Amino acid sequence: MTDFERRSIISGIGQSVVGRRLGRTGLDLTIEAALEAVADAGLTLADIDGIATYPGGGSPAGSDFSGPGTPEVQDALRLEVRWHSGGIEGAAQLAAVVNAVLAVGAGLADHVLVYRTVTEATGQGGGGRQGIGLGGGGKPTVGGSMQWSIPFRAYSAANWLALNAQRHFHEFGTTREQLGMIAVNARRNAALNPRAIYRDPMSLDDYLAARMITTPFGLYDCDAPVDGSTAVIVSRADHAAGLDHPAVGVEAVGTALRGRPSWDQWDDLTTMAARDAGAHLWTRTDLKPSDVDVAELYDGFSFLAMVWLEALGFCGRGEGGPFVEGGHRIALDGELPLNTNGGQLSGGRLHGFGFIHEACLQLRGEAGERQVADAEVAAVANGGGPIAGAMLLTRAR
Amino acid sequence: MTELPFRVLPAVDDTNEFFWTAGREGQLRFLRCQGCGYFLHPPSPRCPSCGSRDVAPEPVSGRATVFSCTVNHQPWTGETEPWVIAIVELAEQEGLRLTTNIVGCPPEDVAIGQEVEVVFEQHDDVWFPVFRPVGSPT
Repeated sequence: MTDFERRSIISGIGQSVVGRRLGRTGLDLTIEAALEAVADAGLTLADIDGIATYPGGGSPAGSDFSGPGTPEVQDALRLEVRWHSGGIEGAAQLAAVVNAVLAVGAGLADHVLVYRTVTEATGQGGGGRQGIGLGGGGKPTVGGSMQWSIPFRAYSAANWLALNAQRHFHEFGTTREQLGMIAVNARRNAALNPRAIYRDPMSLDDYLAARMITTPFGLYDCDAPVDGSTAVIVSRADHAAGLDHPAVGVEAVGTALRGRPSWDQWDDLTTMAARDAGAHLWTRTDLKPSDVDVAELYDGFSFLAMVWLEALGFCGRGEGGPFVEGGHRIALDGELPLNTNGGQLSGGRLHGFGFIHEACLQLRGEAGERQVADAEVAAVANGGGPIAGAMLLTRAR
Repeated sequence: MTELPFRVLPAVDDTNEFFWTAGREGQLRFLRCQGCGYFLHPPSPRCPSCGSRDVAPEPVSGRATVFSCTVNHQPWTGETEPWVIAIVELAEQEGLRLTTNIVGCPPEDVAIGQEVEVVFEQHDDVWFPVFRPVGSPT
């Protein structure tokens, strides 16, 4: 029996204009990305019979974070679907793609529109980045799992993940000079990506001189809120023949979560949920980490990309610092080109889906100046803290 | 006496009141399994270690070790003085952790492995358990 992953391909990709404070609605940006993806897949809207997103409408984090829910997008495009899904619980942002692959594999849909939309730059307005739980007037209160962090003045994932990073620094001797190469590498690649937000050259000295956010994270360890939408079409594998470009095969997914799903109760703070999703991924394929040509690993914070490098076995546990040191291995011409579009650090916080889009471009040989030669296997990872999902994509043969 | 920082309050209800009000008696309390002695955090109605549903709040010593810490500089609330966010591990049980703040010393002096003890910071009817270096002046 074929693993369910091989019954699907990513047949089309689309991305809206990406920018700071575009002043357009999330629905408007989503439609732009969706129409591009549908056309790229050689389809029309009438062919789309499934729709999925992350995290879906109604997220307590607000619509600038969540984008439009599937009912809004379905209605705006007048889609008639056999399957639809949105939700925040699952294998990070990639859960929406995994769900679509499951639906196609199970025969519930033939062509699924999967999208992720953010308008966080517009939402931020002219002010600084907001902390979590600080909205509203009067005396704010917080319940649920957040009551164990926010009342202790830990207002952001920056704070929560800084605690993981500090532990990594403590146990393995990781340094800011090492961590900084993830940001410097991202900026180097962003210079070759016309859609990237920050393209001016940035040196390691520039990185180290930036203001501190929460030790060990400085400003350039944190990604940049943007407005933008990314869409992919997950299709039945037999649709590959109908494409005017190489299909992208879904080789394997990693969705496991074995540790306590908590920011501070996770057993080994240096690993996070990436450990389990990464290990799971390699149980579902005969390919090995050494087969990967390009790695598009979530960098909402620089440290997360380091954690993913370890979790996916590109280096050993605790060896992320030495692996990225100097930036040679992770450069476009290195042994493992990392975040070839500038990641979220310099490309903009498209919240996971930017990595999928870039992986598809690389596998299709359409990445322009930043193309990695003969890219046939791409690793994509999303998430941080107790949230993680990974995917291995291939140029379909 | 320094001015208290701004704090978002926890939504106190029947499941967490024992924790957020324990400081009224100068104690730090966690749920503990009355069958096997395992401390549960966050609160849960069933002991995940032995399966017993006989769990009840019990005081702990308030002694802990800094497991990880970060000095926050970003003025999320408009407050510009750096503050220390830490995960501490309580002395009673390996892995019994609490995200909290370290107070009573310069932020840059806090380090992983440091011994700390609980002290309470009252806001309205909530007592926030924060920690200070053991032996620091009151």
